[in-house]
Amino acid sequence: MEEAASKPKISKIVFVFTVTLAVWLLFTWPFAPVNWAMIIAGSLVSLVSGIVLGGLATLHPVKGLNPVRYFWGGCYVFALAWWVMVANLDVAFRVLHPDVPINPGIVKVKTELKSESAKTALANSITLTPGTMTVDISDEGYLYVHWINVSSTEVEEATREVVGRFEWLLRRIFE
Amino acid sequence: MIEFALSLLTLSAFLCLFRIGSGPTPADRMVGIDILGILVVGFCALFAVITDRAFYLNIALAWGLLSFIGTTALAKHLEGKKFDE
Amino acid sequence: MSEIAGYAIIIIGALFNLFGCIGLIRLPDVYNRLQGSTKCVTLGTCSILLGVLIGSGVGPTGMKALAAIVFIAITAPTAAHALSRGAHKSGIPLWEGSVVDKYEEEK
Repeated sequence: MEEAASKPKISKIVFVFTVTLAVWLLFTWPFAPVNWAMIIAGSLVSLVSGIVLGGLATLHPVKGLNPVRYFWGGCYVFALAWWVMVANLDVAFRVLHPDVPINPGIVKVKTELKSESAKTALANSITLTPGTMTVDISDEGYLYVHWINVSSTEVEEATREVVGRFEWLLRRIFE
Repeated sequence: MIEFALSLLTLSAFLCLFRIGSGPTPADRMVGIDILGILVVGFCALFAVITDRAFYLNIALAWGLLSFIGTTALAKHLEGKKFDE
Repeated sequence: MSEIAGYAIIIIGALFNLFGCIGLIRLPDVYNRLQGSTKCVTLGTCSILLGVLIGSGVGPTGMKALAAIVFIAITAPTAAHALSRGAHKSGIPLWEGSVVDKYEEEK
C-alpha cells in the first residue's frame, strides 16, 4: 500500500483525472458559449490531483472498461432505490406506531466479497436497506450489523436475510 | 406549496435541536448534529427553487462536504483516537 | 406538468425528513436513532433534490442537484457507520430490550 501510494500507476492517474474532470465539467454546466478558461483550469487541477491522489484509488481502472459491469450497475441502482423506499416505509411505520415495535440487536454476518470497494458498497447498501445498519467490518470478511428487528442470531440465517439482497449484484459489478 | 415543505423542514430541524440539547449521551448529540447537517442541504435546495438562483446548490454541496468531514472527525474523537490515526 | 411533479416529490421528501426526525425523538437508544433517522433523512433530502432536478430540468441547477444526490447517498451512510462504531467503542450500551450483541461478545 505504501509503495502504491508513492508511485501510482499511469492507469490510475488517468482514471482519477477522468473522474475529476467529469465532475468539474458537470459543475460548470452551461456549455453553450464554450468557456476555454474554465476547461483549461479544470484540466490542470485534475492533472495535479490525478498525480497526487492516484495511488489512493482502490478501484481497478481496467475493470471500468467492461460494459457488462455498467449494465449490472444500472440494475444495482434500481434495486437500491426499491429497497430504500421499502426501508423508509418500514421506519415510518415503526416510528408512528404508538408502541414503537422494535427488537434490536447487533448480529454478525459473513460476506464472500474480497475487494475493498465492494465491501464498502455492501456496507453502505446494508445501511440503507430495511432495518439494518453496519457497525464494523472485520478483516476476515465478517460484518457486524445492527438490526432493528432481529429474527435470527445465527450467522448463516442472518447472512441469508441481510447480505443476500445485494451480494450477488456487487460481485458482478466489482469482481 | 413550497412554504409547506419549508415548514415541515423547520419542524424537523427543531426536533433535531431538541435531541442535540437533551441527548443523554454525547453520541446522541452527535447524531443530532449529523442529521441537522443533512437537513440544511434540503433547505438550500428549497431556497434555490424559491429564489430561482443556482448558487444555493453550490452552498448545499459545500455544506454537505463539510458536514460529512465534521461528523467523521467527531466520530474519531468519540472513538478516542487522534485525527491522524 | 414537470413543475407539479417536482413539487409533489419535494413535499414527499419533506414528509420523510419529518418522519426521520420523529424517529430521532421516539426511538430508545443511539443505534436505533442513528438507524431510523439516517435512512429517512437520506431519502428525504435526496428526493427534495430530485424534485429540484425534475422541476428545473437540465441546466446548471439540475446538474448540481444531481451531483448533490450522488454525494449525499454516498456520504450519509458512511457518516452513520463511523458514528455507530465510535459510539460502540466509547462504551455506550445498547438499549436494555436488545436481544443480542455479538460485537461486544467477540471484542
